[in-house]
Amino acid sequence: MATHGDTLATVRPRVGRGGGVRDRPVLLLVLGLVALVVALILGVGVGTVAIDPGDTLRIVGHRFLGLDIPVTWSPATETIVVELRLPRVLTAMLVGCALAVAGATFQGLLRNPLADPYVLGTASGAALGAAIAVLLPVRLVFLEFGLIQGFAFIGALAAIYAVYKLSRIGGLSPLTSLLLTGYAVGSLLAAGLAMAMYLSGAALRQIFTYLLGSFDDATWPRFLATLPIILIASVAIMLRARSLNGLLLGEQAAAHLGIDVRHERRILLALATLVTAAAVAISGLIGFVGLVVPHVVRLLVGPSARLVLPLSAIGGAALLAYADILARVAGGIPVGVVTAIIGAPFFLLILRRARTGYEV
Amino acid sequence: MSAPIVELDAVTAAYRERRVLLDVSLRIEAGELVALIGPNGAGKSTLLAVATGLLRPLAGVVRLDGEPVETLERLEVARRMAVVPGAANLPFATRVEEVVALGRLPHEDPFRGARPADRAAIAGAIERVGIGHLLGRDARELSLGERQLVLIAMAVAQAAPILILDEPTVHLDLRHQVEAMELLVDLNERDGTTIIAVLHDLTLAAHFFPRLVLLDGGRVVADGPPPEVLRPDRIREVFGVDPGFVRLPQPTA
Repeated sequence: MATHGDTLATVRPRVGRGGGVRDRPVLLLVLGLVALVVALILGVGVGTVAIDPGDTLRIVGHRFLGLDIPVTWSPATETIVVELRLPRVLTAMLVGCALAVAGATFQGLLRNPLADPYVLGTASGAALGAAIAVLLPVRLVFLEFGLIQGFAFIGALAAIYAVYKLSRIGGLSPLTSLLLTGYAVGSLLAAGLAMAMYLSGAALRQIFTYLLGSFDDATWPRFLATLPIILIASVAIMLRARSLNGLLLGEQAAAHLGIDVRHERRILLALATLVTAAAVAISGLIGFVGLVVPHVVRLLVGPSARLVLPLSAIGGAALLAYADILARVAGGIPVGVVTAIIGAPFFLLILRRARTGYEV
Repeated sequence: MSAPIVELDAVTAAYRERRVLLDVSLRIEAGELVALIGPNGAGKSTLLAVATGLLRPLAGVVRLDGEPVETLERLEVARRMAVVPGAANLPFATRVEEVVALGRLPHEDPFRGARPADRAAIAGAIERVGIGHLLGRDARELSLGERQLVLIAMAVAQAAPILILDEPTVHLDLRHQVEAMELLVDLNERDGTTIIAVLHDLTLAAHFFPRLVLLDGGRVVADGPPPEVLRPDRIREVFGVDPGFVRLPQPTA
């Protein structure tokens, strides 16, 4: 992405605190990419069967880049790397990227630092969808997607659609109305979820496991089916970075800066929801990534969405890949637990250091 | 004769059921320096909302250079008129220069990014408004007055032929009020910017603005040079105060 040549980043006097990295988004980009490569090698290597990093690189080079490398590894190693570990690591990265981009978008769109990808009811919608899928006495599989993934995806989209439609009634400002409606609809859906879990009996564990989020079920077809949705929608969001920048000063100011606020809000809401729903469908509910990553990136490079969105994508991908490695090392605990355990204190630390007063 | 740069033609506007502007017609020519004055609730801000195309009138037409504002894209309007926002409620830490740079959004090339012209406009606006000492600071930590100056600089960086301000001096101390007025006069004289400002301070308005438009009850009740608009009987009638509170500039002998 255009990391330099951004208008918001044009005047960069060397005064005030936090000079350093804020002036070098390109450096951050490179660091992020290096972190991703390291995460890939580590992520493939760690597990019940440890894989040598050299083998990982050779297998990837041989299988995916068509390099002429003599086969020195066992077929079992290759199967573990290609069929189990790679899709898992890549799925973690894809979901991390999706949640961070969606989080940055919701925060900018709602002008609310507390917003995350789930703020408008996506989470409860997806969870209720998944719970209903578990309770239905039907089993359908398409492209390795079961009813759970399908229903979660549809539940997330339906929840936001309901929130958007309902929020347009009444006399509040569109933003306040959207947030409050999201809260109300979310609570209603959560009640439905509680009911479903109460009725689920033996299936409770299955619902619960899904809710906590994990990459245990990552497969190539699932990864490849979700990849284009997340990639295309994320790039489409990044191409609208200007609208998010305009919204920094409020909706009226954005309109005066040449942004068709209604139109942009509708499109960005739809794109961010699509990204979130796709991520939730393949991984369940993973918290903190979408909230924390964009804030950390903003502290490093400032609020320009042109920088925040691509750097959040990379940061989110790296963070979730490492969180999944930790989750596996810790004996297979849900990755959502890891992100919360690392994310919450880390976030508090950053806020203390930054002294920027993130009051709402 | 060419079309006026801003024209309201028999405009009636309302928020919900409440009619705030009643059959207002106003022609502002390119290069004018106009202050809108009037008591609270007179319709001044509504007039600005209608003129900028944010509020659609119930009746009547608003034209910019002869074109109805509702037929123009937001981007096109933003290239023609810069509006100083009323407040800066920034959701995230944002440096002063980053706020000023927002003024360049309407000119930003989505593919090539900032060009030298953008950088020059940002640096120029910072210098003209005199906020160089605030650079690098989080705009949310500034005083209300300092923030107001930053927002004025943002609109100056937008470099549009029309500059619109709603109560630009409300949080400023006396020195900065005068400096802000001098800046408006300078923008008007040197750059030919058409300036439309809502002002409450009648003394400032009368001193710096050659044309005052007095609104009351949603109608234009007087329009002309300060001594004509601010006649003592009218001040008493419209504002309900002793005209002695308003000092008109002494005619230069």
